[in-house]
Amino acid sequence: MTPPDANVFSETPLVRRKRREEALAKWIFCAMSALMILPLVLIIGYLFERAWPSLSLGFLLEVPTRGMRAGGVWPAFVGTIYLVFLSLAVSAPIGILAAVYLNEYARDNWLNRLINLAVINLAGVPSIVHALFGLGAFVYAARFGYSIISASLTLAIMTLPVIIASTREALASVPRSFREACWNVGATRWQTIRSVVLPNAISGILTGVILQVSRAAGETAPIMFTGAVFFKAVQKGDLFPYSLHDQCMALSMHLYTLSTQVPDVQESIPFATAVVLLGSVLLVNAAAIALRVYLRSRKKW
Amino acid sequence: MESNSTSPNLAVRKAARPGWALAGERTLEILIHLCGISAILFVLGIFFFVFKEAFPVLGHEKFSLSQFLFSQEWYPTSEVNKRYGVLAMIAGTFSVTALAMVLAVPFGIGGAIYISEFCGAKTKETLKIVVELLAAIPSVVWGFIGLTVMSRLIVKYTGAPVGVNVLNGGIILALMSVPIIVSIGEDALKAVPDSFREAGIALGATRWQLIWRVLLPAAKNGLLAAVLLGVARAVGETMAVLMATGHAVHIPHSLLDSVRTLTANIAAELGEAPVGSDHYRVLFLTGVLLFLITFVVNLAADFMVRGIRKK
Amino acid sequence: MKLTMQATKQGNLLLTGLATLIAGLLLTACKPGGGQAGRTAIIQNKGSDTMVNVAQAWAEEYKKVKPEVDVEVSGGGTGVGIAALIKGTIDIANASRDMKPEEIEQAKRNTGKEPKLTVAGYDALAIYVHKDNPLNEITLEQIAQIYAEGGTITKWSDLGVTIPGAANDTIVRVSRQSSSGTYEFLREHVLNKKDFKLGSRDMNGSKEVVELVGSTPTAIGYSGMGYATPAVKMLKVKKSAQEPAYEPTIANTLAKTYPIARALELYTLGEPEGAVKDYINWILSDAGQKVVEQAGFVPLPPERRTRPGS
Repeated sequence: MTPPDANVFSETPLVRRKRREEALAKWIFCAMSALMILPLVLIIGYLFERAWPSLSLGFLLEVPTRGMRAGGVWPAFVGTIYLVFLSLAVSAPIGILAAVYLNEYARDNWLNRLINLAVINLAGVPSIVHALFGLGAFVYAARFGYSIISASLTLAIMTLPVIIASTREALASVPRSFREACWNVGATRWQTIRSVVLPNAISGILTGVILQVSRAAGETAPIMFTGAVFFKAVQKGDLFPYSLHDQCMALSMHLYTLSTQVPDVQESIPFATAVVLLGSVLLVNAAAIALRVYLRSRKKW
Repeated sequence: MESNSTSPNLAVRKAARPGWALAGERTLEILIHLCGISAILFVLGIFFFVFKEAFPVLGHEKFSLSQFLFSQEWYPTSEVNKRYGVLAMIAGTFSVTALAMVLAVPFGIGGAIYISEFCGAKTKETLKIVVELLAAIPSVVWGFIGLTVMSRLIVKYTGAPVGVNVLNGGIILALMSVPIIVSIGEDALKAVPDSFREAGIALGATRWQLIWRVLLPAAKNGLLAAVLLGVARAVGETMAVLMATGHAVHIPHSLLDSVRTLTANIAAELGEAPVGSDHYRVLFLTGVLLFLITFVVNLAADFMVRGIRKK
Repeated sequence: MKLTMQATKQGNLLLTGLATLIAGLLLTACKPGGGQAGRTAIIQNKGSDTMVNVAQAWAEEYKKVKPEVDVEVSGGGTGVGIAALIKGTIDIANASRDMKPEEIEQAKRNTGKEPKLTVAGYDALAIYVHKDNPLNEITLEQIAQIYAEGGTITKWSDLGVTIPGAANDTIVRVSRQSSSGTYEFLREHVLNKKDFKLGSRDMNGSKEVVELVGSTPTAIGYSGMGYATPAVKMLKVKKSAQEPAYEPTIANTLAKTYPIARALELYTLGEPEGAVKDYINWILSDAGQKVVEQAGFVPLPPERRTRPGS
């Protein structure tokens, strides 16, 4: 070819500057992302390092002793499981059905716009306001007292909007053609939902619910005033130490009290408690994410 | 019902299904409708119960709303002169949130841009998972980190007398709100149609030029919504600031001053306030205030997001 | 066809998921019914943060003596304990201050029973400074000048000391959140009911106060003597400049020479009965008082303890 033509594709100073800018921008943004991840790694690493002397299976299964200065976290761990299960047992069905309504039944009218708005705002209510609500509504007005019921209902309302949102997303990802095919063979709306929409959306729904396990397990403020106690004597190996009207210990609350109220705690114990809390939350989350990735890879549409 | 209109062959269907199945279906659909409406009931319920506890104090002669909002004298249990002013707490919430946003917004938007525009599919997936995990760290763990780790670092490097202060709370809140900003921001960038990008590339723009001149303006509303949701998160956060900000009632003059936020004030004092006392009611009133603040912020964010969808 | 089969399979998955959830719920929901009958008693105990650790230690020890009795301990503060007692939702309220007359009145109106006070030990309110602080003694007047509204002492040089290695001379005041029993006690007995200066760092727990003082060379704080750590120093306190200063010790507290000491109080509705009575009797016995001493508080003198089995 003739040289002038080749010149069109050769580097001009402008192009070089453009490239440099591009590379620079890429590195800056990459660094920003890295700086975002770095804390996660550093924090987990540091917590682990400090917690190491106390970490063992025994720490999880042992009850606290010597005025919570030694021993383990069993009662708190079980308490957290109680709270999480009960709250999800309430919020998951309501949340899923609400999402079914919003995605499958609702038409675009003022009522449903209002519901949407409510869901969004419910998601944004600060956790301490949920605590105030739980105290006013469940502890006093409904006369549940300070109890596991009050605390888990408070948590349930807190997790509800996110379950609604994630379920809706899962339902919306089922192609409309599936529904139409089902309607065309004469199925009613509910039959379609039951036999086509829900089965195909179940993976998304489940991961959404599982992700809320970690949210419910980590919250402190809403349970602090509704049903979590500083200490409850529990015998070692007791798998069901609480009844619904009792108050219970919870891991998040335990971490808070250990780090602000209990004197002379061996340093590694609060760190180990933090690791147990963080570890279980992250494990549950990782499991949910893995499940999602696996199910998504099997999706055929 | 709607289902009838979608299935023209009504008679056949009825004959094929027993009555109890139809009745069951009807009940279920009613239940589904009820659950749908429940969200409204819960929001109203929250407002009602929190406001109900706060309401009696509004009529109290010793209480004035302007003092509540504009006085910084917080003496809820004084023996001589009870005063309920939350201005210092509002300033505390504001300063910590502002610092958190100054730190979190560049990183959050930057991260969102990197995830959505620069990196490959594998990295993208990994980064999104990491962001999700970062969002899952419980607030009390953040508070614990602020109290034990961050405060020592701050004392060591800034020479501040006390390590629990605005800077500490701001950093912790920034770390907590970055994941939200990243994930919502990434959604906003993803929502920009690919034809915009293709047009830009066809004109010979580099990716950076594309981002700066095309994507950011196009995704402006969504990104703003991301920031607003980050703000809502920071304003509403309780345990982390309770443990990391030092809890002093005064208007901060520097980053190294301790402050108290509205949320932390409720968390710290609700347990102590005798039920039904003015103090207790004022704390609920603070809750109403917080509810309204986050309500407005969330509403604004929602309008922003919906703005994009309409386009 | 393929779609339906896949759907049924996943439908089963859905059902299994739901079944697990419901089973889990039933498991947690049913068991308590059976459990409640098997247990003899639950004692609900709530209140003062100062006492929460000793209350916890009591509960832990008592579990060994009477495994069938469950004691639930929560903190939150004296105010919340008393409020819960007034509502009748708890059995024992821990208090680090006396109940106010209007609170007693309210309790009588609400529950029809008169709150009954049991003193379970004593606590000296210690004034803490960092261990490197050269200050050794302080008068009540100086404490008031540091903490009270309008007080004139804001710098360590006002107290005649310089903190080694500290660039800043300002006193970092560490306090408690308003209406904690400790806060109210200091206000009542040292500040003469005057309000605190704003801008102090108000911690949520006694331990937080001591930890913050321990890590801050220029800080001063107050908390129960049971919370001392190696990083802090307890000041000797004197009533006025002329009088001798006393250390917060068990002997000085019992002799009433240490000026800012208070009782660890347990309030019940009416005379304690049944399991609660046994529990309180145990607390007042040598075994319970040993726990008090181990928790760093001042136990009752031997003549005021109960004999086991009495």
